[in-house]
Amino acid sequence: MSMKKIQDCLKERILIIDGAMGTMIQRHKLEEEDYRGTRFKDWKSDIKGNNDLLSLTQPDIIEGIHKLYLEAGADIIETNTFNAQRVSMADYHMEDLAFEINVAAAKVARKAADFYTAKDPSKPRFVAGALGPMNKTLSLSPDVNNPGFRGLSFDEAMMAYYEQVKGLVEGGVHLLLVETIFDTLNAKAAIFAIKKYFQDAQQPELPIMISGTITDASGRTLSGQTLEAFYISVMHANPLSVGLNCALGAKEMRPHIEELSQIASCYVSAYPNAGLPNAMGEYDEEPSDTGHFLEEWAKEGYVNIVGGCCGTTPDHIKHIAEHVKTVQPRVIPILETVLA
Amino acid sequence: MSETITIKPFSRFSGLEPLVVRPETNFVNVGERTNVTGSKKFARLIKENKYEEALSVARQQVESGAQIIDVNMDDALLEGVQAMTTFLNLLQSEPDIAKIPVMIDSSKFEIIEAGLKCVQGKCIVNSISMKEGVEKFIQQATICKMYGAAVVVMAFDEVGQADTKKRKVEICHRAYKILTEQVGYDPQDIIFDPNIFAVATGLEEHNNYGVDFIEATREIKQLMPLTKISGGVSNLSFSFRGNEHVREAMHSVFLYYTIQAGMDMGIVNAGQLVVYDEIEPALRQLCEDVILNRNNDNNQATEKLIAFAETVKAKGKVEVKDEAWRSNSVEERLKHALVNGITDYIDADTEEARVKYPRPLDVIEGPLMAGMNVVGDLFGAGKMFLPQVVKSARVMKKSVAVLTPFIEAEKEERKQAHLAAGTVNTEAAGAAKILLATVKGDVHDIGKNIVGVVLGCNGYDIVDMGVMVPTDKILDAAQKENADIIGLSGLITPSLDEMVHVAHEMKRRGMKQPLLIGGATTSRMHTAVKIAPQYEHGVVHVLDASRSVTVAGSLLSKEQKDGFLSEVKGEYQKLKEDFENKKTVKQLLPIAAAQQNKVAINWQGYQPAAPTFTGAKQFANYALAAIRKYIDWHPFFISWELHGKFPAILTDKVVGVEATKLYNDANALLDKLIAENWLTAQGTIGFWPANSNGKDTVSLLHEKAGPDEVVHLEFLRQQLKKAAGQPNFSLADFIAPVEAAVQDYIGAFSVTIKGIEEPIKRFEAAHDDYNKIMLQALADRLAEAFAELLHERTRKEFWGYAKDETLSNDALIKEEYSGIRPAPGYPACPDHTEKYKLFDLLGGEAATGIMLTESLAMYPAASVCGWYFSHPQSQYFGVGKIQKDQVANYAARKKMPVETIEKWLRPVLDYDA
Repeated sequence: MSMKKIQDCLKERILIIDGAMGTMIQRHKLEEEDYRGTRFKDWKSDIKGNNDLLSLTQPDIIEGIHKLYLEAGADIIETNTFNAQRVSMADYHMEDLAFEINVAAAKVARKAADFYTAKDPSKPRFVAGALGPMNKTLSLSPDVNNPGFRGLSFDEAMMAYYEQVKGLVEGGVHLLLVETIFDTLNAKAAIFAIKKYFQDAQQPELPIMISGTITDASGRTLSGQTLEAFYISVMHANPLSVGLNCALGAKEMRPHIEELSQIASCYVSAYPNAGLPNAMGEYDEEPSDTGHFLEEWAKEGYVNIVGGCCGTTPDHIKHIAEHVKTVQPRVIPILETVLA
Repeated sequence: MSETITIKPFSRFSGLEPLVVRPETNFVNVGERTNVTGSKKFARLIKENKYEEALSVARQQVESGAQIIDVNMDDALLEGVQAMTTFLNLLQSEPDIAKIPVMIDSSKFEIIEAGLKCVQGKCIVNSISMKEGVEKFIQQATICKMYGAAVVVMAFDEVGQADTKKRKVEICHRAYKILTEQVGYDPQDIIFDPNIFAVATGLEEHNNYGVDFIEATREIKQLMPLTKISGGVSNLSFSFRGNEHVREAMHSVFLYYTIQAGMDMGIVNAGQLVVYDEIEPALRQLCEDVILNRNNDNNQATEKLIAFAETVKAKGKVEVKDEAWRSNSVEERLKHALVNGITDYIDADTEEARVKYPRPLDVIEGPLMAGMNVVGDLFGAGKMFLPQVVKSARVMKKSVAVLTPFIEAEKEERKQAHLAAGTVNTEAAGAAKILLATVKGDVHDIGKNIVGVVLGCNGYDIVDMGVMVPTDKILDAAQKENADIIGLSGLITPSLDEMVHVAHEMKRRGMKQPLLIGGATTSRMHTAVKIAPQYEHGVVHVLDASRSVTVAGSLLSKEQKDGFLSEVKGEYQKLKEDFENKKTVKQLLPIAAAQQNKVAINWQGYQPAAPTFTGAKQFANYALAAIRKYIDWHPFFISWELHGKFPAILTDKVVGVEATKLYNDANALLDKLIAENWLTAQGTIGFWPANSNGKDTVSLLHEKAGPDEVVHLEFLRQQLKKAAGQPNFSLADFIAPVEAAVQDYIGAFSVTIKGIEEPIKRFEAAHDDYNKIMLQALADRLAEAFAELLHERTRKEFWGYAKDETLSNDALIKEEYSGIRPAPGYPACPDHTEKYKLFDLLGGEAATGIMLTESLAMYPAASVCGWYFSHPQSQYFGVGKIQKDQVANYAARKKMPVETIEKWLRPVLDYDA
């Protein structure tokens, strides 16, 4: 039985992407030894906080979280691979585990998604392989006295993403999601890696989702681009969707999503944080509030894919899913081929 | 639902900002002066490595209205890839230039690709062509597409460069079909350059080049309306080099006609285009004849224009640039330079301010700080963004650099005055030192790095400890470096607790430096409620990098510090009170419930091994040569900030040479200190019959004061709510409870390396820091090694519960053995005060050679102590946060006031005490 394609689902309804992985992991109050498991019991450095490693050491916890989101109504779940490329993994001296983590993360997500697809084939569930922004930026110098200096080269970033894409695809993801982009050049390295991987593998490309992050009050990315400049810079990915996630809560994100919905020639996604973190580092936007925000966007015709980022929980996703259930998705703009 | 949107097939490019070429856009100026082949000045600057000045060429283009900037580094004397990379990376940090898209211009594809790797926006590649065949053309176009770049395609094929209208159109159309049908390019991302050649060269076959270009443009746009047409306009007037007046007129006339024919963009000197209507009519007429090849039989038109050209002297034109700000006061100019990140005049302006103000320092504290405050305000309000702030910081740094020699001279002068007057010079030498670290458990450091550079630019001496830095390391360094301010950064929420811990430890150590808190999850509220109450000498939350400058300034100014801190304190006090009115509860188990969820050990059928002796036993002057074999070198290298596995690190590509040298030096020193008996190793171990009470107390029989004296060891239990199946650990769980009716045992040990003081003094006297640190590091390693050695002998001989154990040193380091040796004050048993019992059991200072300080640190510093547990299920863990109920219970068990217990356990308390 072949699964319905995501492109067909998107024509019919607004799809739901899952919520925060980190927030849910935090609930388990894992300690250093839990992160280590038996395999990394003697690892040379502290690894508490390496959430991506949990796909290897605590796969049941990760699968459990995926299932909570699927149960809440998520059509798309993200693999637990936000930092799972060798550049970021170097923080834990785990560069060489990057590939394995991606394969494992994709498999555990597929296991959960396939279970739910089998339960109700009319609502197919998709696994998006998540490619995060890396802990180093390609456009900013870490040394102010030497603004031409870069802590990372494009090729290093590209090859790290390439390895991650290979792991995710071999692990069985349905889509690839380049997300939380704060430096567009890093995203361009990821896009390059994806294109190169499928060229090298001589396989048809999987659909690509792109999601940037507006981090400051000026409405720009951390690397200084305006939203439209960012959009123009990534469109060569020929993405299934483009959107925004993270940094700002729904309220702050609204004008940017509105703008994107006007200029994007593909589907538009939005998965904001549960508001801004409060003073204690906790997110306290109620699930029903997030649901209301996204419902309003949906009714305005801004979005095709909605969900949550930091601080959101299965409860948020459930509310979001219920709120947008009956709303028609944004219609993809008509692309004219002549200059009037 | 809204109505369906339509999207027009405009050409879209981007830098930091978008450039959408709409029909009404008219003509897009591509700045041409950042081209080593076209601008002598630019070429000279690049060759002389004056990249910063070269950037001002780019800035001048943007200020003159260039909408795209063309960058070309094709020069035989230049390393093109490197020059392109360096220049574009620098250019990216200039937001007022980087806002426009970059046209990467080279005839070498490797240079083009190097450029594409530097720019986040959508670039234009200039150019590719079918010059070397279709295959290469497709290959290069495919790569450009993967970088998301638009392409300029030159009308050039295997035969050569197209000169006639027919060839131009044919080649462009052929390239179009390949790009759109085979490579997948959108037509609007294709820009044709149908070749602008020089006219009026004297050769008749060149006379129609202008017309060929104009007509080809017209036809290409009819045939492929979404594509764009570009060209290098200055080529046209090549034969009038040196006569800018005529050249500019020619360019304007040419553009007037080509734009009408459909030319969309051109590489021009954006600052030097005259308005068509303002060209003197005679010259305009001559230009039109030449360009349109009219009245030009036998080069008549050409010769007329040449004749005219000889009559006009090239008039040097004043560059049009918004320099109005230059006429403002020096304070305003400095502010303008800071806000706009302009370094061009900063040296002169700073000098002017220095002369104007009584002291050089006044310039920093006055106009420069005022300017940075404006930057901070604009940044906070979203009117400036990060790259601009970083640029402002650079201007600041340059200005400070101008002032520094004068500040130094002034200091020296005063010092001499003091000396002459016989008064003591109290002024501290050197810049104030600010120590920065991302706290333990957190690997994010971009924000911290930015704060570091911004503060560094403001003349502070920055000690950056990097990421995942444990509290002790931060504070040790702060004390060792004598830092004036400590700054902590963190991005993930658990870092908040770690910062509280740092503040708490600062108080415990009696430190005095102010503490700055920053990073994405930190907040004024958290700082006020959780961190500030831990430490009374100033805790300040800093919103962003630009604010850090003013905050640091206030904290380091003797006049301002007290007032500033008391203001902050008052504000935080208020925040704290507000917060406490609406506090939430965390998920911790009551202690009774946690005790219920203890480690499940089946004691039935388990027979604990009996040690070969009970009571304490001493090892005075243990052979260092034997201990040495147990050294774990990994932490040794870490203490020297060399990271990598031992012994692989010795052959590491990057640090191998350094590591080997260090290792050899360490071993040489070890040889020497062992041969010359510099140090002595003293160890004590002991075992006692013991049972637990099934909760958190372990009672043991202490034979020394009579057979019935019982000592109660008190342990703490994890209270955090665990996932199903996970126990709430307490070390007491690893000792058989009384009701199990089996006799169990507990052990204790201490080791110390003595005698370091004398050699340290000798090294200090010789100003030999290297060997001093080396000796300290080795003493620590020897203490750890001795603990490892005694633990092994304990397992195999003295206690003998693992007689058959055969483990390599590597396996020992990885703690593959059975049983554990946790230390009081460490995560599994965080209460330092249990050390009193441990040392009493072992025979006190006399037996152990170790003195406990009032904060329960061990002296000599190279000492280790701990408990021995033998049960195979015993393991290391962290107690984590505990609640008041356990503290009360623990205090009662220890017969100590709750307040005293709270003082010692503050880092693990889940509540404010």
